[in-house]
Amino acid sequence: MLAKEENAAKELLSLARSDDALVIRLSGAWRLRHGMPSADAVAVEFAAPAAAPRKVVFDAAALSHWDSSLVNFVKGVNELCREHHVAADPAGLPTGLQRLVGLAEAVPEIKARISGARAGLLERIGRAIISANQAVGEFFAFVGVIAIAFGNLMRGRARYRRSDLLQIIQQCGANALGIVTLISYLVGVILAFMGAVQLQQFGAAIYVADLVGIGIVREMGAMMTGVIMAGRTGAAFAAELGTMKVTEELDAFATMGISPIEFLVLPRVIALVLMMPLLCLYADFVGVLGGATVGFGMLGLSFTTYFRETFHAVTMGELIGGLSKSAVYGILIAYAGCLRGFQCGSSSSAVGDAATAAVVTGIVAIVVACGIFAVAFNILGI
Amino acid sequence: MSAIKANGKARAPSDSSPPPHIEVRNLTMAYGDFVVMRDLNFTVQRGAVFIIMGSSGCGKTTLLRHMIGLKEPVTGEVLYDGRSFTRATPAEREAMLRRFGVLYQGGALWSSRTLAENVGLPLGEFTDLSAAEIREIASLKLALVGLKGFEDFYPGEISGGMHKRGGLARAIALDPEILFFDEPSAGLDPISSSLLDDLILELRNSLGATLVVVSHELPSIFRIGTDSILLDAESHSIIARGNPRELLAHSQDPRVIRFLTRCGSGGKAETQYG
Repeated sequence: MLAKEENAAKELLSLARSDDALVIRLSGAWRLRHGMPSADAVAVEFAAPAAAPRKVVFDAAALSHWDSSLVNFVKGVNELCREHHVAADPAGLPTGLQRLVGLAEAVPEIKARISGARAGLLERIGRAIISANQAVGEFFAFVGVIAIAFGNLMRGRARYRRSDLLQIIQQCGANALGIVTLISYLVGVILAFMGAVQLQQFGAAIYVADLVGIGIVREMGAMMTGVIMAGRTGAAFAAELGTMKVTEELDAFATMGISPIEFLVLPRVIALVLMMPLLCLYADFVGVLGGATVGFGMLGLSFTTYFRETFHAVTMGELIGGLSKSAVYGILIAYAGCLRGFQCGSSSSAVGDAATAAVVTGIVAIVVACGIFAVAFNILGI
Repeated sequence: MSAIKANGKARAPSDSSPPPHIEVRNLTMAYGDFVVMRDLNFTVQRGAVFIIMGSSGCGKTTLLRHMIGLKEPVTGEVLYDGRSFTRATPAEREAMLRRFGVLYQGGALWSSRTLAENVGLPLGEFTDLSAAEIREIASLKLALVGLKGFEDFYPGEISGGMHKRGGLARAIALDPEILFFDEPSAGLDPISSSLLDDLILELRNSLGATLVVVSHELPSIFRIGTDSILLDAESHSIIARGNPRELLAHSQDPRVIRFLTRCGSGGKAETQYG
């Protein structure tokens, strides 16, 4: 059965000459699933200008069935004919087919505004630099508008709802406790475990408390809270504001004379700046608790000994340094989330892109800031 | 050619006559290098229902967005009662915006707030009313658009047509002087669309507001429009100006007739409107 159909597919088309006209005989069943003969077979006839036909006619007497494959073929033949200034006579084709071909050719090709042609290397480099330049411009412009909004806040002129602020504080503070607990505890356990394996060899197991305490309080507490919040809250900010942009809700604020920056961005930045140090403090405690669990279970240290050693090792300066860092990370996460939300395009996929970009920007900003803090704290001797 | 040519140098406001309510002067709009409309000039009289007509994608909504400050023009300006909106300081602009109400295409209700909160938000921000009074006014505005009883519903819980009416209630929250509508009938069935037209007319008559409506829905255009411009994507300009019904009756421009009669191939077709 299949072989029969294949044979049939091969016999769809034959070319013949009658005087100076090219007769295209169509036969059998033209079905898309059997493949699609191309107009190239006809192009051969035009290859030698001297022997080229003056006219093209169709003979569809033996045609049993046709679909889009034939419409496409006839359209291709018509294009060939126009190219070589040869008349194509569609009279021999079924009426429905003639109409479809007519419809496909009715509106001339619209030259799209954006050229589909692949740009050269230099052009692509140039475009990349221009767009990078714009991105940097937008980045700093957003810093500027937020600074102005904060200026208004200081003067008591900023327009925002306290109830919104409280709601956002709940979302990015209390609601994040679960995940912060889990991750911080595990980070404490991992740090302690890694330290214990090494320190046990020297009989210095008690120093696990120092290692975990300093590691968590100085760096990991703030860093892990930052990464969690970038993934959790930064993405949520970008997705929420991005969706509001798509549905014109941001415009609705703007045309009401209410600055969306003051009304939406300000409470988000304030909420994260307030909540990050608290979450960080909590993460520090839970992380040390994780370390203590390993100390108790694996090294046989009592909780009292472990905590006394921790308090002995960690200074107030380190604790404050870690908490200040987390406040800065909070600004960076809120900033990245809101910026990406406001930059969102006008489609649903753009919202996804905005959320992804917010997380990436947030984490990169946190790591860069962490590096800068490390150098600065070192110079300052903290 | 009966279509009044709207382009050309704008008349400078003289001392004797009051300046036009809304004036768009030499406005050129562009997306990057692509010019959408060039050198637009028109005025809107107080109390008019002014329709911005044109085929899909010709720049109607873009023009509306320029008029309400969501986009900045390449050249030219928009004036309200003779005062430039385009060149106004942020504080002046904010004051002018407070006289506007805007109904967006999809309603653009804030999805994290209930209908009463949506309508009440501008009241809370710009008036000294108490929470109870705000709630009362919000209920009144919702009742005006037929949404009585839906105060505590979130936008996600109501239908598309109700969304639009909710958006309208929010737009009229502060009793605006000028109401802008971006395709009010888009996505509505004919009956809901006609009811919305009734509502728009009713509100305009009672509020005495000026309406600027972006639309390509002919029944709606002929029903509510008292003045209009027709934008043309090919020439990037206004090709007709005047009352839509009069344009239909008198215009000789084939492009205008084609648009107003829904006739793709040209020629004056019979129409039920007019």
